[in-house]
Amino acid sequence: MSEATASSASFTSKPAIQTSPFVAFNLRLFREKPLGAIGGAIFLFFLFCGVFADVLAPYGVNETDMVARLQAPSWEHWFGTDHLGRDVLSRVLIGAQLSMTVGFLAAGLATVVSIVLGIASGYFGGKVDMFIQRFVDAWMIFPDLLLLIAVVSVVGAGIPQIVIVLGLLYGIAGSRIVRGSVITVKENMHTHAAQSMGARTMHILVRHILPNIMPVVIVLFTVRVGATILTEAALSFLGLGIPPPTPAWGGMLSGTGRTYMYLGPWLALAPGLCLTIVVYSINVYGDALRDLLDPRMRGSR
Amino acid sequence: MQAYVVRRLIALIPTLIFASLIVFVLMRLIPGDVIDMMLAQNDIATTQDRAAIEAALGLDQPMYIQYFRWIGGVLQGDLGRSLWLNTPVTERLAETLPITFELGFLALIVALTVALPIGIYSAMRQDTAGDYITRSFSLIMLAVPGFWLGTLVMVFPSVWWRWSPALVYTPFFEDPIANLSHMIVPAVLLGLSMSAVTMRMTRTMMLEVLRQDYIRTARAKGLSELMMIVRHALRNGLIPVVTLIGLQAPLLIGGAVILEQIFVVPGMGLMLLEAVFQRDYPIISGVFLIVGVGVLLINLLVDLSYGWLDPKVRHR
Repeated sequence: MSEATASSASFTSKPAIQTSPFVAFNLRLFREKPLGAIGGAIFLFFLFCGVFADVLAPYGVNETDMVARLQAPSWEHWFGTDHLGRDVLSRVLIGAQLSMTVGFLAAGLATVVSIVLGIASGYFGGKVDMFIQRFVDAWMIFPDLLLLIAVVSVVGAGIPQIVIVLGLLYGIAGSRIVRGSVITVKENMHTHAAQSMGARTMHILVRHILPNIMPVVIVLFTVRVGATILTEAALSFLGLGIPPPTPAWGGMLSGTGRTYMYLGPWLALAPGLCLTIVVYSINVYGDALRDLLDPRMRGSR
Repeated sequence: MQAYVVRRLIALIPTLIFASLIVFVLMRLIPGDVIDMMLAQNDIATTQDRAAIEAALGLDQPMYIQYFRWIGGVLQGDLGRSLWLNTPVTERLAETLPITFELGFLALIVALTVALPIGIYSAMRQDTAGDYITRSFSLIMLAVPGFWLGTLVMVFPSVWWRWSPALVYTPFFEDPIANLSHMIVPAVLLGLSMSAVTMRMTRTMMLEVLRQDYIRTARAKGLSELMMIVRHALRNGLIPVVTLIGLQAPLLIGGAVILEQIFVVPGMGLMLLEAVFQRDYPIISGVFLIVGVGVLLINLLVDLSYGWLDPKVRHR
């Protein structure tokens, strides 16, 4: 990807993102959008926790200790223990790993689906566009959560199913944003020039359209990471997401643990708080990215 | 205006066709082993065998015949029968839909009473501390999951003050007070989560309007700030906010599913969840149809009111 964009940068006039290398871009982000940069840093922290959860977790994730049941937060158990004496911090850490895995995989899949549908619809236009757009219209009238509940009831709960279903769901919904941006890029001079020189369609799509819609795609991906994490948690909360005893954040707030929250209110805090912080930080970061990369999308969601 | 209404109605047809196809395909994705599960789970297992269930679902026919048969029934108001209770799906919907509707309506009132004043305030005091606080609040509300807020409201008041929200549903016409005291907590939570987006939108739109020349003129001729907002700014600034309410209808229904589960509100969401766990597919597809058509109608109404509020739209 980086090689392809670098070589296209030499003859396309001014691709939006290649002009600033990764580091320079983040410096600019830090200077112009400090809140967004802080959001990004917090998210990176959780990502780090997720990646190294196995090492960081002080106890085994399903290690029960009936003597140490329902203990309030202490130096030994920072976030307390649950009704089976399992260490809440360890479970929240593994939960972070799960959330991040689902978030990144599902958002990645969603982005690919959005790009394919958006380019097909926006670049080729005509009947293809009509067909895809009416389908997207119909798809969007159903609430996300309802579609998910229905599909999960058919394919069953589990991480791979959740990732695929979330990816398709948000991919179809996001294709409209990609389409809009493809239509704009299609009318750029360099695209017309390439077309009139007889470049193959694939070449135009990869070398001219794709690099120029990258800002939109990056923002879309970022926002989707937050959305998929939140939706997976809601599904697990309803008992339709990742089945117990796997400690998904949503699942930790529901099921049998719920009755014990009155005895150990800290059980209700950690998973929800982590979820809120993660989603908030990635949203703030995404907003900042959007302002810097694509001012036209400002205020949309 | 008439031509506009007709145009909007015709534009609905392809969407409706696709929507019915989505519901149909979703339901017909049922793999064979789910029928086994139904046989194992449901009481009807004793009276009906596999072939009978397949025939009841119409699964022994070719796909296109299944579709037309199903859509034919739907057009005549026949959504099938619940596999579990063996009552018509329409009957179950008639029981649960008004309850969810009440919840959504209360939530909408809460959302607007919170979002409009704060959004307007935020726009008028752009870039002040108050603006930052309200904007951060709305960003946080976007990130806080409704099911967590619901859980906190259940747990902490009970631990601290021995008070917990009512969880027994009473029909509104039987005892309005008891009904509202049960519904108000989920409605407020749902409304707060909706208010976040509405607040942002109100602020953006007001900012745009406040920069217009006619606002400057109104200011220059010495109109009080309040009059200027009420008479000039709101009228134009709120048009896109109306659209947003339509766009949020699906969000509201999704939130209702979760809050109905936490607060034991016997609405459509709770029925859907039960149906999912019982694999009661006719109920699931019935809920989908009602929600789909409902959202389309709300969007149509929003479009029409948009055309009515803003004459420019009609003539496009």
